[in-house]
Amino acid sequence: MAREIWKWLGIPLIMIAIAAVIVIYSVNNPTDSIVARMLTYERVFRVIREHMGLLLVSMTGAIIVGVAGGIMLSRPSLYRIGRVMETFVNIGQTVPSLAVLALFYTILGLGFNVAVFALFLYSILPILRNTFAGIDGVEHNIIEAARGMGMRPLRILTKIELPIAFPIIVAGIRTAIVINVGAATLATFIGGGGLGDLIVTGLSVHRDMIIVNGAVIAAVTAILLDYLIGKVEERVVRWA
Amino acid sequence: MIKLEGLSKVFPGHNIPAVKDLNLEINEGDVCVLVGPSGCGKTTTMKMINRLYEPTGGKIYIRGEDALQMDPIKLRLDIGYVIQEIGLFPHMTIEENIATVPNEKQWPKDETKQKVSEVMTLVGLDPKVFKDRYPSALSGGQRQRVGVARAMVSDPPIMLMDEPFGAVDPITRARLQNEFLRIQERMGKTIVFVTHDIDEAIKMSDTIAVMREGELVQHATPSDLLSAPADEFVSNLVGRNRSIKRLHLIRINEILDEVDRAKPASEDAKIGEVEKQIEESDIRSVIVVDKDNKLKGVIGVSDLKRKSGEVAGDYCQDVTDTITSDATLNDALSVMLECGEGYVAVVNEDDQYQGTITLGDLLNVVKEEG
Repeated sequence: MAREIWKWLGIPLIMIAIAAVIVIYSVNNPTDSIVARMLTYERVFRVIREHMGLLLVSMTGAIIVGVAGGIMLSRPSLYRIGRVMETFVNIGQTVPSLAVLALFYTILGLGFNVAVFALFLYSILPILRNTFAGIDGVEHNIIEAARGMGMRPLRILTKIELPIAFPIIVAGIRTAIVINVGAATLATFIGGGGLGDLIVTGLSVHRDMIIVNGAVIAAVTAILLDYLIGKVEERVVRWA
Repeated sequence: MIKLEGLSKVFPGHNIPAVKDLNLEINEGDVCVLVGPSGCGKTTTMKMINRLYEPTGGKIYIRGEDALQMDPIKLRLDIGYVIQEIGLFPHMTIEENIATVPNEKQWPKDETKQKVSEVMTLVGLDPKVFKDRYPSALSGGQRQRVGVARAMVSDPPIMLMDEPFGAVDPITRARLQNEFLRIQERMGKTIVFVTHDIDEAIKMSDTIAVMREGELVQHATPSDLLSAPADEFVSNLVGRNRSIKRLHLIRINEILDEVDRAKPASEDAKIGEVEKQIEESDIRSVIVVDKDNKLKGVIGVSDLKRKSGEVAGDYCQDVTDTITSDATLNDALSVMLECGEGYVAVVNEDDQYQGTITLGDLLNVVKEEG
């Protein structure tokens, strides 16, 4: 049992330790007074909190809307729209995240909420597409067997289609999270806060140490979340 | 049991009906095989019975009840369904797969478990070994068995089977067919069976419905179909070698008593006696059995020279392949051809020797029946 837990938590703990060492070292050994003023524990914790806030709110919304939307579009009555949607999502993904933020700034103005909304919209795309593709990819004969044996459409969705599509849906969520963590560093440009604050501050005062702190924490967050979701998925999907 | 009356199906966007004005009556406990070239409407007909396709015209009666007025979900829950690609659910264990219909019917858990393990045993899968496996860990033949078990678990009176033995090699297919016939003999279900393979149709059926371009050409017993094909299409379908196809209709145990052949030698028989027996035998060999009448091997003329010893057991060679007495004569023929021998030893399930069938016996049957 202890071994099992270590196997799960080993890599995350190492990642967190690396980030912690870098933060503690830089806060305690500032290269000059500017770094000392700009890089404090309070500030680091504040931007991490803001970043997690951006991530949590936008991802929760994106998962709910993306999965629900993907399921709806995979139903026979909306299937044609779903196919068209796939194309548009693929085009949508080519728009840079910075452009998305800029776009919403011109429409909705500044602030945390606008940043969350932009991230939310941007993260829906991979989840929506993967949910649709995952359900669409369930072999026809499996559905037919289920129908022929007398399963109702809702039961087929919950017992057959969603479980089989699950790994693909999760892959979409992982993609969205990694993109989201990166894109959230741009929220600072429209006053959304987050780890981007450190990076932009560092850039403007030409202090690499501050940039490194922001970048490392963001990278560790992305790797960590991706890893943990992957582990949970491994646990749930035993049949593949 | 099942009565189709003027059944038609026109798919939207098609001018030509997939099935038109089909009348067919299937008696309780019969296996009715729908056969015909691809695109003849046999699968469409079958899928209308459990209303996966809604007919565009005509009536379906199941035990006198109008199936088109019934709730399709209820209708399907009482009709076993096996499809060509089997359609096992990859994310469920074998046990969960087979329990699909009981779960939909919300049976108590214990009863479901009990029934699943019964039906697994019935189709020849050890529940202890297989119930927690996933379909990806099974061979093609095992998956087919699971497919059949899944359709039979709730003991539906009617089963629809769409080329259920299509995706396996010929030898496994013959074995599955024989096993299925053995189960069917006990269960007596009413079965609609779709295939494009006329040999399978002749072997499996009580009646055969030949279809062409959405129409029923002939509905008859396999024997009648072979002796009196309705038109050229049917006679082309059954092929020129109709007398050979009769071999599908006869089981080995039906002729085994009639064939008169020398007794097998016991493994401790003196080799001198055995030599005499071999010379008298029409297959120039003698089967050797042990005390429990279990098949031990065979001695041919050449084996006498090659080996040495006092008793028959010292000389005997392993038998390449055997056959059970519930297999058809056609199965016996394929085993002979595969082994390159003019005979095949017949054994029962416990490997006990029952007799020997030779190529000559098959020829005699073909001559008599033809």
